Amino acid sequence: MKTLFRRCPTTGLAVHKDADALIKANAVAATVALLVGGVAAVLVLLTRWQAVHLLSDVWFYRILTVHGMNMLIFFILFFEMAVLYFASAVLLNSRVAAPKTGWIAFALMVAGALIVEWTMLTGRADVLFTSYVPLKAHWAFYLGVILFAVGAILVTTIFFATLVVAKREKTYAGSVPLVTFGAITAAIIAAITLLHGAAIYIPTFLWSLGLMDVDPQVYRLVWWGLGHSSQQINVAAMVAIWYLLGALTAGAVVVNEKISRTAFVLYILFISMASAHHLLVDPGFGPSWKVVNTSYFMYMAVLASMLHGFTVPAGIEMGMRLRGFTQGIFGWLRRAPWHDPGFSSLCLSLVVFGFVGGITGVTFGTEQINIVAHNTLRIPGHFHATVVSGTAMAFMGATYYLIPLVFRKKISFYGMAKWQPWVFSAGMLVFSMAMTFAGTFGVPRRHWDITFSGAPFGVEYSPAVDLLFALMAAGGLVAAVGGAMYILVTVVSVFFGKPLGDDLSESALAGSVPPGLYTRPFAELPTDDDEAAQLKEHGRLGPMPGTMILVAVFFLAFVVYYFANWKLLSAMWQIG
Amino acid sequence: MHATGITPPQGVWWKPAHKSEKVWATIAFVWCMVLFAMMPFWHLRGGQNPSGIRAKVDPLAYQARVMEFIQDYQVGTDAGFPVVAPPPGSDVYLIGQMWAWLPVLQLEKGAEYTLHLSALDVNHGFNLYPFNVNFQVVPGYDYGLRIVPTEAGEYGVVCNEFCGVGHHLMVGKVIVTEPEGAQ
Repeated sequence: MKTLFRRCPTTGLAVHKDADALIKANAVAATVALLVGGVAAVLVLLTRWQAVHLLSDVWFYRILTVHGMNMLIFFILFFEMAVLYFASAVLLNSRVAAPKTGWIAFALMVAGALIVEWTMLTGRADVLFTSYVPLKAHWAFYLGVILFAVGAILVTTIFFATLVVAKREKTYAGSVPLVTFGAITAAIIAAITLLHGAAIYIPTFLWSLGLMDVDPQVYRLVWWGLGHSSQQINVAAMVAIWYLLGALTAGAVVVNEKISRTAFVLYILFISMASAHHLLVDPGFGPSWKVVNTSYFMYMAVLASMLHGFTVPAGIEMGMRLRGFTQGIFGWLRRAPWHDPGFSSLCLSLVVFGFVGGITGVTFGTEQINIVAHNTLRIPGHFHATVVSGTAMAFMGATYYLIPLVFRKKISFYGMAKWQPWVFSAGMLVFSMAMTFAGTFGVPRRHWDITFSGAPFGVEYSPAVDLLFALMAAGGLVAAVGGAMYILVTVVSVFFGKPLGDDLSESALAGSVPPGLYTRPFAELPTDDDEAAQLKEHGRLGPMPGTMILVAVFFLAFVVYYFANWKLLSAMWQIG
Repeated sequence: MHATGITPPQGVWWKPAHKSEKVWATIAFVWCMVLFAMMPFWHLRGGQNPSGIRAKVDPLAYQARVMEFIQDYQVGTDAGFPVVAPPPGSDVYLIGQMWAWLPVLQLEKGAEYTLHLSALDVNHGFNLYPFNVNFQVVPGYDYGLRIVPTEAGEYGVVCNEFCGVGHHLMVGKVIVTEPEGAQ
């Protein structure tokens, strides 16, 4: 049994060889999907930017389908499978419960993905990511998605089984770490999501063969139980990674386990209701249903995100202060490891997700405000700030630690890796904000030609839209460069990188891996004396004054944006 | 003693929160209640709600109803499309199909209408330009929205739900005139 494990010299954890291999395979598949989706992203961008208008109408919608499926399903879910193995087997010192099943699941997911890619690229599935019935794709498209989802369900099951094995074999003492708790949250939401996926894709598959009918409105309801909930897996996984990166890079502590874990439980209980966000201006549902569901039963999932938005920076602040960075209100933030790509990814992900993605999401998800947002560019503006600037950025930051920890390789082009989060995040920020503002002028999403040449009636958007499209293109291209930097660094490191070696001292590793791996701030937990000293009053702002100020700024931005949108809505025709 | 996010906490971790956390949690909770209360409040006091009259309808029966509506109130044509001027207070019908909106509507400013939206074939999206008003148009469902046009002018109806390769050609028109007797 012993030979199946290696002892991680950095963290002291025992790592199961199967866990290692499964994490590697899923992470590599994720990166391939990211590359395909990224190339598609550039093609879509250069077509929507009317000044270039690269692709034909047919190929635009085809490549947009490829972009959506690769990014939102294949990249994200393959990476999350790697996160599930990491958070269960690695963090809990355990073996993987059923490694052979893990490989079957991986094979199913790869096969499903390949079938879907084939149907899309051969023009058999020009139905976009949402594939709203009665737009019809080739039956193999739905079958491919089903195979992929079955694989993902198997991995989720293995994850839960691994938790049971770890508990029974007593591989850890105490409660599961918070990062694992977050991954459990993600896995539970994944189970809910994938069941919705089965509930909609299996009937749709049968419909495509002519064996049954599927109601278009019921399709939208159940499909969004998959489509939106899968983004909530991302949120939970991303928050778990925030806690992971906070610990690894800055020695962040968990200020209060109860608060952070309760917030995760709120996600499990309420976040799946958010599929209603997509149905607010649909004919099939009444106002009470819309209000209760879109608000996740009185915004309890928003409360959860606002709690994490506090506890993540508060944990970093307290961790830094307990290690002696006590100067002033923001001394801890100035002295934080900004040159560590794991830390900069964490901060950029947190800020852009919160300020741009979170605020716009809650606002657009308001029943009435959705009238001035639904299916405009405001929607992709919102979700590029959450899924790309938030989730993908956090995943990228985690990769810089996974490569040395799991692949046992140094980071190639480490200088480029340090810049990558900044380039990617800055580009995405400009891109998503320009998109959101263009949407306020009514510019539709998923549209090949907003000059409407050939249409019976003309619609001419404000000249500001041209400027916003140019900004969108510039930001998008910068982000694409950032994405290419990430792929270059990870692929070269994993396949051609120098082995990490046995010398884990600073002199051996500086400049080739993120500094958290040799300074190891997570290894020295502060003592009770440190804490007692720290918790003595810091004046009115309490022991985490910097975080209090940061969340106050966030709150102000939230209130202003939210009510500005009510104002915008009240200027419309009366509708009831 | 605190754990980090990657270390298993020992013993009982259900401990009282710090005061700062309690303050923030309270602010966040109150804000969530405000967010929630705004929606019922707007139903009572606001002028824009996506409630409408909602019913299932056979797409072909709906199409027949639209044709009847056009016959009853047609006043002209525009770019080959019938222009229809229904009396204030009446039910007006718009149908989305690959790849056109039918008919062109001519409405009076300040009058209330029940605007019915439905689709013949696949999902379409109703977007009123330059006002950014958006509704989902689903085949088999009749969405009857009570509307009051508040400004005169010509409006575009852009389809904003992907409906096949001709999607970008799908633009309709609504004309809002000053009420008779206002001049």
